[in-house]
Amino acid sequence: METPLVRTPRWRRLLPRRRGRWAAGLAALAVLAGAGTWNAVADDGGPAVHRQDRMMKADGVSIDTSYFTAGDTGRRPAVLIGHGFGGSKDDVRAQAEQLARAGYAVLTWSARGFGKSGGDIGLNDPDREVKDVSRLIDWLADRPEVRLDAEGDPRVGITGASYGGAVSLLAAGYDKRVDAVAPQITYWNLADALFPDAVFKKLWAGIFVTTGGGCQKFEKRLCEMYERVAVSGEPDAAARALLTERSPSAVADRIEVPALIVQGQSDSLFPLGQADAMAKAISGNGAPVAVDWIAGGHDGGNPETDRVQRRIGDWFDRHLKDDKGADTGPGFRVTRTGGIDSTDGATLVRGASSDTYPGLDNGTQDIELGRRTQTFRNPAGAGPPAISAVPGVGGGLAQLSSLGVGLSVDFPGQYARFDSAPLDEPLNITGSPAVRVAVGAKRGDAVLFGKVYDVSPDGKQQLLPSQLVAPFRITPDQQGKPVRLTLPAIDHRFDAGHRLRLVLSATDLGYASPAEPTTYTVTPAGPLTVPTAAALRTAPATMPWWTWGLPAAAVVIAALLLLTARRRTATPAPDPALADVPLQITGLAKKYGKSTDRYAVKELSFRVEKGQVLGLLGPNGAGKTTTLRMLMGLITPDDGEIRVFGQAIRPGATVLSRVGSFVEGAGFLPHLSGRANLELYWQATGRPAEDAYLEEALEIAGLGDALARAVRTYSQGMRQRLAIAQAMLGLPDLLILDEPTNGLDPPQIREMRDVMIRYAAGGRTVIVSSHLLSEVEQSCTHLVVMDRGRLVQAGPVAEITGSGDMLLVTTAQEVAEPLVEKIAALAGIGSAARTDDGLGLLVRLDGATPAGLISELVRLDVPLTGVGPHRRLEDAFLTLISGGSA
Amino acid sequence: MSAAVDLAGSAEAPGYRARRTLPLRVEAVRQLRRRRTLLMGGVLAVLPFVLIIAFAIGGTPDSRGGGSDRITLMDTATASAANFAATCLFVSAGFLLVVPVALFCGDTVASEASWSSLRYLLAAPVPRARLLWSKLVVALGFSLAAMVLLPLVALAAGAVAYGWGPLELPTGGALAASAAVPRLALVVAFVFVSQLVTAGLAFWLSTKTDAPLGAVGGAVGLTIVGNVLDAVTALGSWREFLPAHWQFAWADALQPGIEWGGMVKGAAISVTYALILFAFAFRGFSRKDIVS
Repeated sequence: METPLVRTPRWRRLLPRRRGRWAAGLAALAVLAGAGTWNAVADDGGPAVHRQDRMMKADGVSIDTSYFTAGDTGRRPAVLIGHGFGGSKDDVRAQAEQLARAGYAVLTWSARGFGKSGGDIGLNDPDREVKDVSRLIDWLADRPEVRLDAEGDPRVGITGASYGGAVSLLAAGYDKRVDAVAPQITYWNLADALFPDAVFKKLWAGIFVTTGGGCQKFEKRLCEMYERVAVSGEPDAAARALLTERSPSAVADRIEVPALIVQGQSDSLFPLGQADAMAKAISGNGAPVAVDWIAGGHDGGNPETDRVQRRIGDWFDRHLKDDKGADTGPGFRVTRTGGIDSTDGATLVRGASSDTYPGLDNGTQDIELGRRTQTFRNPAGAGPPAISAVPGVGGGLAQLSSLGVGLSVDFPGQYARFDSAPLDEPLNITGSPAVRVAVGAKRGDAVLFGKVYDVSPDGKQQLLPSQLVAPFRITPDQQGKPVRLTLPAIDHRFDAGHRLRLVLSATDLGYASPAEPTTYTVTPAGPLTVPTAAALRTAPATMPWWTWGLPAAAVVIAALLLLTARRRTATPAPDPALADVPLQITGLAKKYGKSTDRYAVKELSFRVEKGQVLGLLGPNGAGKTTTLRMLMGLITPDDGEIRVFGQAIRPGATVLSRVGSFVEGAGFLPHLSGRANLELYWQATGRPAEDAYLEEALEIAGLGDALARAVRTYSQGMRQRLAIAQAMLGLPDLLILDEPTNGLDPPQIREMRDVMIRYAAGGRTVIVSSHLLSEVEQSCTHLVVMDRGRLVQAGPVAEITGSGDMLLVTTAQEVAEPLVEKIAALAGIGSAARTDDGLGLLVRLDGATPAGLISELVRLDVPLTGVGPHRRLEDAFLTLISGGSA
Repeated sequence: MSAAVDLAGSAEAPGYRARRTLPLRVEAVRQLRRRRTLLMGGVLAVLPFVLIIAFAIGGTPDSRGGGSDRITLMDTATASAANFAATCLFVSAGFLLVVPVALFCGDTVASEASWSSLRYLLAAPVPRARLLWSKLVVALGFSLAAMVLLPLVALAAGAVAYGWGPLELPTGGALAASAAVPRLALVVAFVFVSQLVTAGLAFWLSTKTDAPLGAVGGAVGLTIVGNVLDAVTALGSWREFLPAHWQFAWADALQPGIEWGGMVKGAAISVTYALILFAFAFRGFSRKDIVS
């Protein structure tokens, strides 16, 4: 019976702690010096806590105390914290410091027989341990910082777990100065706890005595009583009386202060029934009572320490500080264990609550179990015993049972079992089920252990809620007629499809039962009555704010990201004047990457009219492809405007649906066939299949059987042709072909040329970019020549090439300047100029024939080596771009 | 060549509607026959059989009497079809199911860029947001299909190998098969939602790079980094904001009573990251110069 504040195995708590020893040593010195010692305990959670350790004398017994205060020197309520059985004041130090920081004067002490305190264990004897508390209250009343209700009457509350919880109740009963209590996992009547229904709870009683340090540490009467009962296995009236008179129940009518009763669900030592009796008595006296069933207890630790201590703090804030705003919580709360948190393995709990404490038999339902008489044996020597709760195993078993695994054993032939029908709907039992049964025994008392199992639908698994079992002693005069058996109080959900199974067993590991072999008969005389406490409401699982806050914030951030991505400038309105102009480019500029002055395209303006085949000429790096990419809306110009049929080009501009393009090589899904690629591409445009003119396009591609093959098997030329066919799908009004003849063989080049010319002849427009000049010369009607990102010249092919009446005259030696002028002055000659190397003349005919020119040149003694209609596009091109770069 | 229709001044070709471009069905067909899709499907469909063979060779897990205190799904793998399906999910949720998500979402735009087909789609024109939307929906659809495929095959194969029975829960208790299948569906749903963050990352990277492997590898790599960080317990509660922290929260659906906490938190974290990453993808792509 020790404080379950920290989940450490109970035996380890018996060892003195190093800090405790140190503090105790200091305290001893202080006593010798006749003065207290002040210790400042700094903590990052609030003001520094001062601790004063002091030995106090009570009836010649020294009581080891620690006094905690924090903050200013103003008067404040006091709180006494008792420790668990087998522990000492050091166990409650953390809680004391916390309460001190919360504005209380906190006094902890080691009870008689524990820690450094002297004396024997008297099990909270009213004349010893309880009187000690009154002495402590006396001492508190003299402290200058403790708030007083009256002279010698400090404002004081008491809390504590187990042994310390019982002393809080007892002090409230014996000392009127106590103003509020918060007992945790403690007993109301120790006789009922250790001798329930006159059956000896031998295992727990043994542990209890051992934890106290052995029988010799107890007051003599108590030790004798224990040894007597332990040997006989049956409690006697004197034993009952001794424990009862030292229990809070002895002063049931005098405990009239607000009480927060915290009891453990996994507690086979002080089960929920103890708290029930406590709550009924205290609220019967008119004091406010709240009941809190925590997960854990003496069998399962206290996994809820933080919450419980917070609630106790709130309770004292309300009832000691008179803080009307303090929320003392619901009148009844029960912690329900869910599953396991998969991320850290912790057990998940949530609370169910109701405004008032419902008791253990609220909202009952009847569950029929059958009335068949069952017979079973009590084995000689009461062994092997059935197993339910195993004290000392700690949190293990009871906690497992809440998860659906439990260790509980009933030996065949030693128990009777009564099953309900499968439940139609889930059933939550909160309280003590009860059943009326007629019990018979061949001889003597019948001692039975009752439990209600939760049986899985397939019947293979049964679990015992909280591992709890209730013992019953049915004396011969009670036998043969129905007696009411009240089973352990539990809070447990039975799922739909599960069954309830009442088991009455002849033995249990934790209890002493008759060693004489005998036979029991059990006949249910009624249904199992189960309480449901229907007013209980499970709190919705609380999620941290961020479970909805973060996604909501993400929605806002995402919306901002998307909205600010919109271009600031609105799309310019269509220009109706240009509606018939396939392409007009005005002042186009695009820089490379992030550079400020290196332009890929700069100040580019030109216009393409309907029906033209426009050649976009330029050496590599002239900016042709960049221009075409801007035209397709793939890259955004830094400056200038592109209009196609009057519509400004933007990424994804709808007018692009009237443009077919083949730029910088083919782009196909390699795993699909040529035909599938084209079909899927057309479907991706979302346009009607009949508008595709797929067969015509495929004819141009001329791939034949290869269309059914995956594109990854194609040669470069095949891909090229397929890509041009894709560009022509839907017969776009503007067709853009970038280097279309790359990779084609000469017959295909010729064919492609014809295709383009025919395509434009239909009133459509074709733009061909190329650096192959012969190609452009033969198929284009108009030219745009680019170099280093700039337009060099634009116009009809003939205009740029000089319409073919330019002649190149090559000579054997340099022609003198006067001679050139003479030639230029000849009739029918437009102009004449020396070539750069001086060994030639460029002559433009203006009415004269080449033959006439030759005869004139011969006449002038020009050393002719040749005359030809030279000045072809290539020269023009080179002239243009070299001039442009000059 | 037929005569040109006079469309002077029309803003678009007849029948063109931006909202009808790149329909989901077309995008699905485009992606479906890719080797990586088929390979991924194959791996996930074969995995249950590999496990069945492994259990057949190595003996059923519960017959070996393992020394571990931790009860895992592995211990009950061969109890029933539902257990087997849950085990298949258990062994693959950590990594194997990350791969299809990273693959389908990371590869989808980057591979089009690497094939050069992206520019033709955009010039078709498929509006950029529309293109991303279709690709994202199809990629997520494929990811979901991959995640559904595994437990479905496992259920079918498990039913043959181990029989159709209740799902034995690792924490104890059992669920009837009829109740177990919705639980498994919930598991798949959570795994899918928790992988949205991987999807978002992969998708965003996919719009940033022309190298499909870069996008897939990047997403998988960052997932691994997340796992590593989650193993650093010193980070304390900060780990709650790592998506990897919640990747096994679906195990909460395999308890006697479903625990929603972990799954809700995990889903919230994943959706948060995913929304922002998707928004970055759409934002970046809408203004990007396509030079591939």
